[in-house]
Amino acid sequence: MKTDIILSGVGGQGILSIATIIGEAATRMGLTLKQAEVHGMSQRGGDVQSNLRLSDQPIASDLIPLGTADMILSLEPMEALRYLPYLAKDGWVITSSAPFKNISNYPDEQALADELKAQPHVVVLDVEQLAKENQMQKSANVILLGAASSFLKILDSAALRESIGRIFSSKGEEVVNMNYRAFDIGNEYVKNLKL
Amino acid sequence: MEKNDKLLLLGDQAIALGAIHAGISGVYAYPGTPSTEITEYIQDSPIAKMRGLHSSWCTNEKTAMEAALGVSYVGKRALVCMKHVGMNVCADAFVNAAITGVNGGVVVVAADDPTMHSSQNEQDSRFYGKFAMVPVLEPSSQQEAYDMMDYAFTLSEKEKLPVLMRIVTRMAHSRAAVKVRGSFSEVTCTGKESVPSDWVLLPGNARRRYAEVIAAQPRLLCLSEKSPFNKIVFHEEKSERGIVACGIGYNYVMESYPDGCPYPIIKISQYPLPVEQLTRMANSCKEILVVEDGQPFVEEQLRGLLPSPYMIKGRLSNDLPRTGELIPDCVKAALKIPSAQVYASAKHLVPRPPALCVGCGHRDVYDALNRVAAEYPNAKIFGDIGCYTLGALPPFRSLSSCVDMGASITMAKGAADAGQFPAIAIIGDSTFTHSGMTGLLDAVNDNANITVVISDNLTTAMTGGQDSAGTNKFEAICLGLGVKPEHVRVVVPLPKNMEEITRIIREEIEYKGVSVIIPRRECIQTLNRKLKKKRAEKK
Repeated sequence: MKTDIILSGVGGQGILSIATIIGEAATRMGLTLKQAEVHGMSQRGGDVQSNLRLSDQPIASDLIPLGTADMILSLEPMEALRYLPYLAKDGWVITSSAPFKNISNYPDEQALADELKAQPHVVVLDVEQLAKENQMQKSANVILLGAASSFLKILDSAALRESIGRIFSSKGEEVVNMNYRAFDIGNEYVKNLKL
Repeated sequence: MEKNDKLLLLGDQAIALGAIHAGISGVYAYPGTPSTEITEYIQDSPIAKMRGLHSSWCTNEKTAMEAALGVSYVGKRALVCMKHVGMNVCADAFVNAAITGVNGGVVVVAADDPTMHSSQNEQDSRFYGKFAMVPVLEPSSQQEAYDMMDYAFTLSEKEKLPVLMRIVTRMAHSRAAVKVRGSFSEVTCTGKESVPSDWVLLPGNARRRYAEVIAAQPRLLCLSEKSPFNKIVFHEEKSERGIVACGIGYNYVMESYPDGCPYPIIKISQYPLPVEQLTRMANSCKEILVVEDGQPFVEEQLRGLLPSPYMIKGRLSNDLPRTGELIPDCVKAALKIPSAQVYASAKHLVPRPPALCVGCGHRDVYDALNRVAAEYPNAKIFGDIGCYTLGALPPFRSLSSCVDMGASITMAKGAADAGQFPAIAIIGDSTFTHSGMTGLLDAVNDNANITVVISDNLTTAMTGGQDSAGTNKFEAICLGLGVKPEHVRVVVPLPKNMEEITRIIREEIEYKGVSVIIPRRECIQTLNRKLKKKRAEKK
């Protein structure tokens, strides 16, 4: 079994912290992992993506070929759409709906929303709004991970939850519990969608 | 460090740990994407701290390479790291290091950046290895990168030559589990005295040493033929196609054939090229496809100059794209495997180029420069390498050029020599000490009519905030180089100071000679990190 994920967003949004949590869980579960990251110039507010590959078999390439990704997990709607050619036929797009507008020619928001809605397998959620409502602004990305967790068949939710505990443990119990809650909020959100 | 453990490491980090475990005395490097994380890992490593390994940043790649040679001279091991264009800066030392030879092992890691994710060109460092006639290693996985370091240092000491390790962005910045050896070396020393006549490259000595380097070549070839890292899967029966895959190119071929590669294949991870193995495979194949990241280094060597009986395909034959990094899809296409793409590109997409951070001091510097430049019919602002290169993009569009580290000052000087006025240079603090100081001395000596802006954010920002060699020394450096004290001006780049900054720029442009303006304000990325850390400590 293998799962290929394209994580995307804008430099500085924190896609790598999502990758860190998934990576921790995968390694603990004894899975093979490869994760290609973006460092350098694009981190200054440019488009960034990370290829995260998990498998119970050896993985050859660090990069995911076109048409084979099981998931696009994005913190920004246009950045989710950017990687559609990489998505497998039955792959899922899980994305935040909140546009990050740091360019003057950002496309029409409604057009982006419509294009996302037209995808056969898609979950769009406003993680920033959810984070704000629950007083956990810093945990928007963990809400997104919670939303993605039920689609990550290769890892069960309990393992991901445990990794959140391990990764945030140095920041104290309060932060750990907030991120547990964030994860659960994302997870519940998807369950209530009745997909 | 737990022994016999698997660690999740970037390729860069695997190299760093491999070098520590190979018993280096230190790492010598200048930051540059995608090589920076090698040195950073050693800086943060508890074992490196315990051993007191050198890991502070060097002023540039040449000083790094030369310091490493000094370490080698006294019998100890040194790692040198840089991005590919850094090889140009240290080329003098690197090429001559093959002539002097080494005592303690020297491994130079050059991190190439095909596709130019964060670079000015796609140059392939393997050419430097061939040029200097030293062994070149090219790992295909993070594990191999780790394992190779011990091998590389041993090889360097055995052959008394520096060893070049060439990696690419996708190796440097990709994470995978690495199995760490159960036992590893303490800081090693050969215990041998270096012989001055090998190291004093007067023509007589250099001729003898050059002959010795030439004489070593058959041995290096033999080592490649038998290298544990050059993997040959080859049956004697005739095949339509044979594949030569270098470094991570091998992974993309394997990705294309989940059930195993149906063709004979040679994975190249050590150079010079194993000619005998290649010839054997070529003799039983109708065509050879060369899959290599970067430039057609192997393909050109296999083709030779004149038509050959072998059909060699690769980047030169357009079976693979001539430019850009290898990706699984272009390798699949070259192997005639159809793409699995299902969904078309989205309709509503625009590029999202990087930009200067909101609140960055460089923004205020460009704002001021643009205001004053607009007062002249033909102002030119010569740029340099760093975050502030983004001043070339909207909304600023300030720059007339950006070529290589330090070129802002010297190009402004040359343009001024040829009549350009105003000739303005903008250069960052770290870039100035890397390669700008010598150019400024040229300008002072010729009393060139230029205005140099050293935009000082107290760090090497583009690569993530490493220490900058000249911090707190810029006024003294400029005065020492002979810039007149009244024409070394310091300002604080903030919107509220715009009137003062523009006035000073105007005055210094009007001064007929060399002036230096130093806008100084800390990088907001490093400032925010510091504040965050302080807040955490208070808690």
